[in-house]
Amino acid sequence: MSASYLWQDGTLRSWLLTRDHKRIALLYLGSITAFFALGGIGAALIRLQLLEPAGTILSDATYNRVFTMHGVVMVWLFLVPSIPVTLGNFLVPLMLGARDLAFPRLNLVSWYLFVASGLLVLYGLFRGGLETGWTFYTPLSSDYSEGRVLPVVLGIFLNGFSSIATGVNFIVSIHQLRAPGMTWYRLPLMLWALYATSIIFVLATPVLGITLLLLAFERLFRVGVFDPTLGGDPLLFQQMFWFYSHPAVYIMILPGMGVVSEIVSTFCRKPVFGYRFVAWSSVSIAAIGFIVWGHHMFVAGESLYSAIVFSMFSFFVSVPSAIKVFNWLGTMHGGSIRLDAPMLYALGFIGLFTVGGLTGLFLASLAADVHLTQTYFVVAHFHYIMVGGMVSAYFGGLHYWWPKITGRMYPEIWGRLAAALIFFGFNLTFFPQFILGFEGMPRRYATYPAQFQVLNVLSSAGAGILAVAYVMPLVYFTWSLFRGARAPDNPWGATGLEWRTSSPPPVENFAETPVVTTDAYDYGDMDARTGVADAGGRHHV
Amino acid sequence: MSWLPEASAHAARIDLLLAGLTIISLAVLGLVFGLMVLNVMRFRAGRTTAVARAAAGHKNWWFEIAWTAATLVIFFGLFLWATQLYVVGFRPPADAIQIYVTGKQWMWKIQYPGGQREINALHVPAGRPVRLLMTSEDVIHDFSVPALRIKHDVLPGRYQSLWFTATRTGSFRLYCTQFCGVGHSRMTGTLTVLDAADYADWLNNVPASGSLAMEGEALFIRSGCSGCHASSRYAPDAADASRAPSMVGLYGSRVVLADGHAIVADAAFLHDAILDSPRRQGASFATEMPSFRGVLGEEDLAALVAYLQTLSPALPPDTGN
Repeated sequence: MSASYLWQDGTLRSWLLTRDHKRIALLYLGSITAFFALGGIGAALIRLQLLEPAGTILSDATYNRVFTMHGVVMVWLFLVPSIPVTLGNFLVPLMLGARDLAFPRLNLVSWYLFVASGLLVLYGLFRGGLETGWTFYTPLSSDYSEGRVLPVVLGIFLNGFSSIATGVNFIVSIHQLRAPGMTWYRLPLMLWALYATSIIFVLATPVLGITLLLLAFERLFRVGVFDPTLGGDPLLFQQMFWFYSHPAVYIMILPGMGVVSEIVSTFCRKPVFGYRFVAWSSVSIAAIGFIVWGHHMFVAGESLYSAIVFSMFSFFVSVPSAIKVFNWLGTMHGGSIRLDAPMLYALGFIGLFTVGGLTGLFLASLAADVHLTQTYFVVAHFHYIMVGGMVSAYFGGLHYWWPKITGRMYPEIWGRLAAALIFFGFNLTFFPQFILGFEGMPRRYATYPAQFQVLNVLSSAGAGILAVAYVMPLVYFTWSLFRGARAPDNPWGATGLEWRTSSPPPVENFAETPVVTTDAYDYGDMDARTGVADAGGRHHV
Repeated sequence: MSWLPEASAHAARIDLLLAGLTIISLAVLGLVFGLMVLNVMRFRAGRTTAVARAAAGHKNWWFEIAWTAATLVIFFGLFLWATQLYVVGFRPPADAIQIYVTGKQWMWKIQYPGGQREINALHVPAGRPVRLLMTSEDVIHDFSVPALRIKHDVLPGRYQSLWFTATRTGSFRLYCTQFCGVGHSRMTGTLTVLDAADYADWLNNVPASGSLAMEGEALFIRSGCSGCHASSRYAPDAADASRAPSMVGLYGSRVVLADGHAIVADAAFLHDAILDSPRRQGASFATEMPSFRGVLGEEDLAALVAYLQTLSPALPPDTGN
């Protein structure tokens, strides 16, 4: 084996011009970690402000800019890219048994596009900011807002190209670069999930681009598209925006489901139960996800018949989600379960995603949505999916593949502690918000009636715990880079191809192209190959 | 779940639906967490033998069919239940009191049929259906009354309708729940539900200039509408009915638009036709009418619409006052 990808050439130039998918994954990891921290600071300011009914530290105008910043940064600069561009970039070739992605240069370009878009958005947010919310509803955004709408919107427009490039790269790689014997039904479920995600990237993102461009035109040149005083239609913006942004919700959750499938199988030492159902449920979530956008508009003035149809489709999308949850539980049944940190995150994901999914039923139910929409109930619901679900999966995946990525083990005790603390802090932050929503507290309020204070203080206390819990991995991951135990090639005794190469992998990934002869998660075959009996425990350290 | 008051029968029905959803959710959540904990306890590595694991047996794809079907059936029931309660919102009773609501950064302006006006306060009688005709002068707002479990977006340039029958007297909060700019969280107010006698008193004690329809009639002349359109009292100068449609009986009638499709001339149609006349022109008339966008404010439009409604006496236009 030649040198690891990390140390082969340590110059800054070699990192910035790298075409190695593993290094690009790390470039992305650094960038999105910075954005996650920035969005987190926004969240902290929001929770501080809401400690008291009249607000504590921010003016109304500043509060509005802060929650807009929080949403824009978290959605486009952290959640949408998160798992695909870091773990996905690192793992797709390794899981396929390939040397790199199909288009290594395009991969590097996508990172530069991402950085450029991030800088443009930051320029807008910090040179004046904007107060439209991440949803940019017209005509507030196109006419009335005095904020820096243009740079932010153009930044997100650019960001879309980065997403599309990544999507195209994954789709082509999965079609073309599978190792000999790696049939579609032998792919790890992570790849099915990333494939479904990539389809959404490629099909939905252009619509967002067009929408934001039209918004920019209207704001700049007063071309009437969305503004009724110019002959436009404000609901048209919402239709177009949600045509992207609802599928984008599945961009933000499908990769997490892929990660959880990998982790659950490994830590139960069993193939994923109902592999084909789980695989196709990813594809059907992606497909149905394109026809539910109208459920964001049940009180916006869409027609009765649209509302009924969109409500019904929204119920349908919960079926493949339920299939996944039950299949993970089925996988655990009869397994040999270990509760290492990645598994704790995966279990946390299953629980929190289930809460998020079930409260989604409330919002898919037409008459219930009328009462609950645009209140804190919605805020709690989508944070359960995106933070409780996606961020848990992202952290679980980072812990799971950390030994492979860095060649070092993280400290297990601290990993478990952080996972438990995140679960607790998260629930304390967001569960009270369901009740606030039922009570009628509207979202995006800088001040609120005093009757809501107790629940808001609870929520803010939870956010404090969550903040500490999110900083912990940053500290011990950094520590492990220097002091962590050396990781063996396959510390978890897992089956995927990525575990058959060294930790960290060499530049070319595999000394020779692996040949796949069994289904994914075939532990019997692996034990026969490695001569390890069903040890039911960890093989390392 | 009732520390948020239920100020209408509809609110109680919504709470029942929410309770149903909560119970089903808790059952599913209990199942998921229960299975998770059981599995972890029973199949923890090192604590079980291969025998116990083998005894767990092999599940087949019937399990997949079973839980998929169960999910579908339960969800379809919920869908029907919730849809039925939502459809009601689109069917306001014909005898509802019609009140005009105009959203504006950052206040609610309310106009009553009797000509009374208020800001950030809405008074309604208990036990009688009330229909709000809502529009915005600037950005999108949303009129929300949690105690009634209803809300609806308020859009610039068109009418949205929201109706309810409050059954409980008292004061309840109303909010703007669609983010509308700097003062969003200050765009709140109070809904006061009074019993019939108190409501009559209240109407009499609020200064009003005639009625909303009378205000509209004055505007109909002042803005030049009566120059072309016939109405009951004012004939057009040219008395030429081919130039502009008569307003008598227009409200509630079927109108064939220039693009060929026919719609019922409701309040929203009248409102929009004044603003965007060329687009909304009846098929048989040339597009001579200028747009009154920017000339008439939303409050003026509300008065005009209220007046035009009185010209269709067969229909109950607004029965308040």
